[in-house]
Amino acid sequence: MMEKEKLFGKTLEELTEIAISNGLPKFTGKQLAEWMYQKGAASFEEMTNISKKGRSVLEANYEVGTRQHLKVQTSADGTKKYLFPSAEGHFIESAYIPENNRNTLCISSQVGCKMGCLFCATGKQGFQANLTAGEIVNQVVSLPERENLTNLVFMGMGEPLDNPENLLKALEILTSDWGVGMSPRRITVSTIGILPAMKDFLDKSSCHFALSIHTPFEEERRRLMPIENVYPLPEVMDLIKQYDWSHQRRISFEYIMFKGINDTRRHVNELVRILHGLRCRINLMRFHPVPATPLEGSDEETLEDFKNTLNAKGITATIRASRGLDIDAACGLLSTKELLKEREKDY
Amino acid sequence: MNQPDIELTPTTVTANREIAKGVYVISYPREDVFVPGQVVAVALSPTDVPRIYSIASGMQEEDISILFDVKPEGTLTPKLARLKPGDTLYVSKPYGSFYGKAEPAYWIAAGTGIAPFVSMFRSGLGKNKTLIHGSRTLEGFFFQNEFLPAMGEHYVRCCSKEKGDGVYEGRLTKYLEEMEHLPDDRKYYLCGSAEMVVDVRDLLVEKGISFNNIIAEIYF
Repeated sequence: MMEKEKLFGKTLEELTEIAISNGLPKFTGKQLAEWMYQKGAASFEEMTNISKKGRSVLEANYEVGTRQHLKVQTSADGTKKYLFPSAEGHFIESAYIPENNRNTLCISSQVGCKMGCLFCATGKQGFQANLTAGEIVNQVVSLPERENLTNLVFMGMGEPLDNPENLLKALEILTSDWGVGMSPRRITVSTIGILPAMKDFLDKSSCHFALSIHTPFEEERRRLMPIENVYPLPEVMDLIKQYDWSHQRRISFEYIMFKGINDTRRHVNELVRILHGLRCRINLMRFHPVPATPLEGSDEETLEDFKNTLNAKGITATIRASRGLDIDAACGLLSTKELLKEREKDY
Repeated sequence: MNQPDIELTPTTVTANREIAKGVYVISYPREDVFVPGQVVAVALSPTDVPRIYSIASGMQEEDISILFDVKPEGTLTPKLARLKPGDTLYVSKPYGSFYGKAEPAYWIAAGTGIAPFVSMFRSGLGKNKTLIHGSRTLEGFFFQNEFLPAMGEHYVRCCSKEKGDGVYEGRLTKYLEEMEHLPDDRKYYLCGSAEMVVDVRDLLVEKGISFNNIIAEIYF
């Protein structure tokens, strides 16, 4: 039996076109959007303000297409890691991080990742697929704690700007009044800096932006993150500085602290130099060890000293709490490598 | 020279040769100086999202050449394969920092990842190098007719699916695993898919190579 087309993940415009092409009133498009994105309906049967005939027509040709999580692990600190299915038998993970004054969901944009950053577990599984806009939004809408969700970060599996079309479509659904209705100020997209897509994102979206910088020195960054060969940091910074960060949209920099590598005074000074004039913050992060990775995290004293020195030099710096470490949900640890089917190497 | 100029300008194709089934070398006049190992962005129109390719020709050659394989589901490569001499192509200036250098080093590539090493080799940087090239089939050892006579035993072909004379039987990671000693005072340049780069990098680290000596270019 041929798989039915999924409606979850379509924009209002697309849903309206589908309604019209199936002989339904134009406003059915908006009804579909509200049911799927706001009320979390998983079937047309639930959509009681659409006529029975309309629901039959939709049922015959389409499915809603949301997916519930398959597994949840709960950390001692309250963080939850969800396993969701995606197309073609793949899987992705998301992490729900409850705090006193906010609850954040860290979502994935790809199955695996191509970027090969030295310190990230997701990179170790290679790249399997881009998530569709629907699969991205599904992580939010299908979250059991959805009602309590305040913030969303694209810091899970994958490089969001390596999947730009689906990312932008997902953001449209997430932030539109007809969609999930989140404020863009509650959403942060994090990237290692894929320049052309980055420009497009910054032009089109008002969500917050985070750059995974991890060192201010190009040669060092090249060793940690091969992307530096193609989109070097000075060019990424040049682009960033073309945008206005003085109003509602914020920029932050992510910086994992590696012992003896990027945790020196020299690094502080260079960070201060390249971030000069930019209204931003740096989130310092503990390194969460990944198997077969020759890196160690800086000790707590070094982390504190680094933070304090940056702050003293006028760069707002905070140390991000490591959440969900006991369930491999902390930064850099999401991976569905073990669930990959036996597959041939591509070399 | 290290600036990614994503502005695309038109150029004229001078040659487009199929060197193996579904694998092409397309060339256009060289207008800019480049460092072997650098890349160019390529598209069929100035407003298309370009794809990035390593330059696969020497610094002194009249044309810049790039190596690509056709992805049937792709939007660019099937059309790229059909271009003929005289057709228009949109290209960026060369950029990137995966630089070839004169120091002794290992070059490790899989499939079309051989491209930057072709550029380095043709630019005279092959003398003190060991090149390890991995391919699933014997047909995939592109440019072997250039590497073999010049590099001899310092050019190692690893074939994971077919047997051939003078060709190591097995994946290049297996070859590396079996090497008793890998010098840790050399640089290791890797180029290929993310999967290959991550696997090889992990293996090199396990064998005691400092990650500071591993320079990777991932084809994404």
